[in-house]
Amino acid sequence: MPAVTVTDVRKSFGETEALAGVDLEVAEGEVLGLLGPNGAGKTTLVRVLATLLTPTSGRAEIFGYDVVRRADVVRRLIGLTGQYAAVDELLSGRENLRMFGELFHLRSRDARQRADELLARFDLEDAADRPARTYSGGMRRRLDLASSLLIRPRLLFLDEPTTGLDPRSRNAIWEVTRELVADGTTLLLTTQYLEEADQLADRIAVIDHGRIIAEGTGDELKDEAGGQVVDVMLADRVARDAACAMLEGAQPFGDERTLRLAVDGDDALHTVSDVAARLAASGLEVRDLGLRRPTLDDVFLRLTDRPASEPNAADGVGHDAEDAEVSA
Amino acid sequence: MTRTVHTDRAPDAAIPLGERVFWQVRDTWTVTRRNLRHFVRQPRLLVFSTIQPVMFVVLFSYVFGGVAGVALPDGLEYIDFLLPGIFVQSAAFRSTQTAVGLAEDLERGVVDRFRSMPMSRSAVLAGRTFADLIRSLAVILLMIAVGMAIGFRFTQGLLAAIGAVLIVGLFSLLMSWLFCYLALLVPGAEAAQTAGFVVIFPLVFASSIFVPLETMPGWLASIAAQSPLTHTADTARALSIGGPVLEPLLWTVLWCGGLLAIVVPLAVRRYRAMT
Ligand SMILES: Nc1ncnc2c1ncn2[C@@H]1O[C@H](COP(=O)(O)OP(=O)(O)O)[C@@H](O)[C@H]1O
Ligand SMILES: [Mg+2]
Repeated sequence: MPAVTVTDVRKSFGETEALAGVDLEVAEGEVLGLLGPNGAGKTTLVRVLATLLTPTSGRAEIFGYDVVRRADVVRRLIGLTGQYAAVDELLSGRENLRMFGELFHLRSRDARQRADELLARFDLEDAADRPARTYSGGMRRRLDLASSLLIRPRLLFLDEPTTGLDPRSRNAIWEVTRELVADGTTLLLTTQYLEEADQLADRIAVIDHGRIIAEGTGDELKDEAGGQVVDVMLADRVARDAACAMLEGAQPFGDERTLRLAVDGDDALHTVSDVAARLAASGLEVRDLGLRRPTLDDVFLRLTDRPASEPNAADGVGHDAEDAEVSA
Repeated sequence: MTRTVHTDRAPDAAIPLGERVFWQVRDTWTVTRRNLRHFVRQPRLLVFSTIQPVMFVVLFSYVFGGVAGVALPDGLEYIDFLLPGIFVQSAAFRSTQTAVGLAEDLERGVVDRFRSMPMSRSAVLAGRTFADLIRSLAVILLMIAVGMAIGFRFTQGLLAAIGAVLIVGLFSLLMSWLFCYLALLVPGAEAAQTAGFVVIFPLVFASSIFVPLETMPGWLASIAAQSPLTHTADTARALSIGGPVLEPLLWTVLWCGGLLAIVVPLAVRRYRAMT
């Protein structure tokens, strides 16, 4: 039985259609990366699956249990680490974990023990008895993730777990995520970062405007965007246009000095040497020439007409200062 | 891996009623403790909810003691009349904080986590109202101490005095639930507080809390005589300093019990339906 089955799920907020008919399946034990730009509908989908929102129409099941009608069962199977840390600001890290442990219906003694284990595992021991309000963004996110792990969920949702985090916290979260997956937890991870999806996910679903627009492994998505290409950078636009005219199938690409040419069949090397030879013969000055596979960036650009963010793009680094680890 | 007490069961197995009630009570207690911690960690709240009632006791008894004393039977000091009434007033005022607290919670992410967990769904509301009840009882004890320092005495014995505190507790619980429901109906903490004061002020003053009804114009007295605040104040007063108990007690229990039976399910259903 799949861990997640989503069938034509729609969710509207007034005029906005946040989910416009999503179909998705996640197998048990799989890591699915839900990749999409801001406003694509990632959080909305996660909230529907985590029983926090009722879909306007369609069906969603977790291990075969309907998220609306059997919400009580679904809640025993999932863990959720939302985009915004859902911890109690006035309680300390330790108190937070103990409280959530009790609410997961652990015995008090077990809740205390488990809280201590998690504080150690998430490197929060030094700050354990300070109010969560005083935590940095990275510490808060780690506490939030720890709060979802008081009992091991069969399915864990991570909604943009590393957005705005410093590299150290990001690595810590990636590491824990890998351990969980190795232990058999199914993971649905949303991200705006190609690198994150590529690194962590077995399979990637690209979401945009509330629809899944592509699905597959990183490699499959790259193949879908086309086979290998040869990129040539020349001295200027005039040279580029001259080269385009000379090389059959060449198209202007990227900046005004570059052209791209699809590899004919499987013989990439032949194409490269042929292009090189003809350019050499023409006397045009070549700045760069290379054989490339399309990156996920190209995939994303082609699918959404928008570049995806990179982990260190503007929206990511802005928080670094705030994220400096404060020690007690 | 640590086990929960009920992980050995299939995830969709029905939980026996007895066990469900047990978890409901424990979840409520867990949330109650959280709310009490919040209360002592927010100095602003702590000050407002302790200084304010003490100030009311002292100010009202000295400022209005002279005027109001005239209308009282011989031998009765205004502080004796006032204190049981002011228990009710302070409980009514404090209930707006229940609304604010819940509204703030709903704006915080932590309630999202509660809602995605297998905990009892009513525990967020029950834990909030129960914590506020405990706080109310503590504030009443504080007011009794201040009242006794300026001359108040219980004359009906210890059991009656405890009864007086408990009946105000019941009223306080009702007000908390009403304001929980209000907070679920109007969005935002400030809206809840404003809406609360608009209702609470006239209710508190049009009652026997501060002055005997006989001193009011006839039309107002006849309205005030029906008010649950009047019944609660009369009961607490009779149990504190003497007078007929049974009739106001019955009315108080009817009002509070009846309204609780309506508003608790309404609030819980509203909370569950909220997205
Ligand atoms: N509670 C809400 N009320 C109104 N609009 C919303 C609400 N939540 C999300 N939206 C809208 O739905 C769309 C998808 O949002 P979201 O799921 O948060 O995207 P993502 O998580 O991919 O950034 C956006 O246009 C957003 O403005
Ligand atoms: Mg989001």
